[in-house]
Amino acid sequence: MTDMLQNFKKSILVSIWFVFLTFPLMVVRVNTMNQVVVWRWTNLVWVAIASFVLSYLWRYMLARQQVRKKVADEGGETRSKTQLLLEDMSFRYKAMGIILLAALVFPLVFDTYQSTIMISALIYVVLGLGLNITVGLAGLLDLGYVAFFGVGAYSYALLNHHFDLGFWISLPIGGFLGCLFGVLLGFPILRLRGDYLAIVTLGFGMIFKVVMENWDSLSFGPSGIANIDKPGFFGMDLNLANSTIYIYYIMIGMVIFTILVTMRLRNSRIGRAWIAMREDEIACVAMGIDIARTKLSAYALGAFWAGMVGVLFASKTTFINPASFTFMESAIILSIVVLGGMGSILGVIIGAFFLILLPEYMRAFSEYRMLAFGAAMVLMMIFRPQGIISNLRQTYEYKGSKEKINND
Amino acid sequence: MEYFLELFFGGLTRGSIYALIALGYTMVYGIIQLINFAHGEIYMIGAFVALIVAGVCTIYGLSGVSILILAGIIAVIYASAYGYTLEKIAYRPLRGAPRLSPLISAIGMSIFLQNYVLLAQTSDFLPFPRLIPDFAFMEPVAHIIGSPELVILVTTFITMILLTLLIKKTRVGKAMRATQQDMNMARLVGINVDRIISLTFVIGSALAAIGGVLVASYIGQVNFYIGFLAGVKAFTAAVLGGIGSIPGAVLGGLVLGWAESFAAGYISSAYEDVFTFGLLVVILILRPAGILGKASKQKV
Repeated sequence: MTDMLQNFKKSILVSIWFVFLTFPLMVVRVNTMNQVVVWRWTNLVWVAIASFVLSYLWRYMLARQQVRKKVADEGGETRSKTQLLLEDMSFRYKAMGIILLAALVFPLVFDTYQSTIMISALIYVVLGLGLNITVGLAGLLDLGYVAFFGVGAYSYALLNHHFDLGFWISLPIGGFLGCLFGVLLGFPILRLRGDYLAIVTLGFGMIFKVVMENWDSLSFGPSGIANIDKPGFFGMDLNLANSTIYIYYIMIGMVIFTILVTMRLRNSRIGRAWIAMREDEIACVAMGIDIARTKLSAYALGAFWAGMVGVLFASKTTFINPASFTFMESAIILSIVVLGGMGSILGVIIGAFFLILLPEYMRAFSEYRMLAFGAAMVLMMIFRPQGIISNLRQTYEYKGSKEKINND
Repeated sequence: MEYFLELFFGGLTRGSIYALIALGYTMVYGIIQLINFAHGEIYMIGAFVALIVAGVCTIYGLSGVSILILAGIIAVIYASAYGYTLEKIAYRPLRGAPRLSPLISAIGMSIFLQNYVLLAQTSDFLPFPRLIPDFAFMEPVAHIIGSPELVILVTTFITMILLTLLIKKTRVGKAMRATQQDMNMARLVGINVDRIISLTFVIGSALAAIGGVLVASYIGQVNFYIGFLAGVKAFTAAVLGGIGSIPGAVLGGLVLGWAESFAAGYISSAYEDVFTFGLLVVILILRPAGILGKASKQKV
């Protein structure tokens, strides 16, 4: 009984606090031009009710998390049923088959609009997987990742504009240029660590945008480059619907290619070097790993995908300008990696779909979607910090009988 | 020479604002190693609250400096309250989580606060009333340094002295320094670490709000998006000076302000931001821990 009373009192206090906090911004609206003040008192009532209810929910969720943590500390099973199911290989293959089939028939079933949305989600899947190499595997925080995406997009746009180069030739060129810029960025910051790295990469992203906005003779400034060719299909002229479907299939191919390569990379020599570097740089050096090369390769291989998918982005929208490559995009890509679960490929894919499709289908509430997006990021970090799919590291178990050891 | 002096004082004004905001970053970072991405938003909220208070006061017939002071005080109170709540909701539950989690939470909070102000107020640029009068005694030098610049310089100077006194001389300041050095040890000697962290957020937010009010009345307009660039610049200043170091934040802010002002004045104003970050990269290559930062020793 006292418990209930206490909870009630807490929620009332929270409610009063939020009423105080939101009072000037939610209630008063001044128009200094016409000398009018609008008082919107009803907003305050909503704030009071919402914060009262949410504070109950908040405490309930925190308590639940405590319980789960306790179970984990005592060595209990904390993996959920879905997680166990995902580890089952035969289930995995079946699920992958179904998803692949669904992905292949998707544009045939749904209309062009749906396919376009799906293409942008797939673009973010590739971006997420690329950044996953830098952040998830190598542990190098990159807040300017969108610059590489921009490099790819601009390289195709410019090559197409000036030299009439086609999509398929530009695709590897874009990837390669992305790579080159990755190394270029990597060099000066080899010695930096942690948050210094974060701010320099962020600065790099901003520099890219500012240069593209102002170097008119190269990039045509803020007005951007229009009329970029869509990918050609053996010289055929495709109408809008067909070319969307075509781009969709290219994108599916690219996602599969990215997944295969990143999966193989993770278990390769260089992939293991990245993980080792992420875990402990000093120990990593002591094991004879060349840190400079490992870091540069992490940036280069991460940037490669962004450059390549940038080419596709430019050919999909047929118009690019610097406004597409803001810090917000970098933040969204980083959130995809972190929300999905760092280092986990499946997680990144789910994260990308979640973060891109949700706002897309919430257009009805378009005013509130960015608000919800920000709140979701915070809540996700608090209640599920390991991401949607937590990355399981390979563990090795001794399977032989113990007696044999004793006999030796 | 006059042009040089104009740029010099322009840079000084700008730099002192960067320094004010950078202090909030550096203090928070010094204690919990978190880049508080939402700090720029606190600055923006400070400016907005000041605008609202100033607007209401003007319409109800108050005038001049009294409004500025009233708006400033209320803005500081509100910004501190927001900073306190921010820490409690978005960062405290993440204490002890992996490094990236609070960072993402901070980015999320920044997006949230921006859109909250956007929805609650407006997406337009709102005109901020000119509250700083032109002083008569500034007349002879007005072409080099105007009255608003003087007010900004004096205010930031006083604020920084007060902050230094607080940290160096008081009991609370001592507790803050102890927490910064070693959080566990501080807890062992009986310091309420949670309260100190809250206090750090409150002080940092108050400084940001002062900066917000000054800038808003100087530039004359406010928008929900002003916090982002100011935040990034101020964070750059903090890193430039060596993050975690309070004199470093001030120095970094000033260096950044001058660099921008001179680059814009003598070379090209369009590439101002390029110079900012270019400078950052160059300094970090030469001194990876910032100008005044101590190179952290690695123990094996």
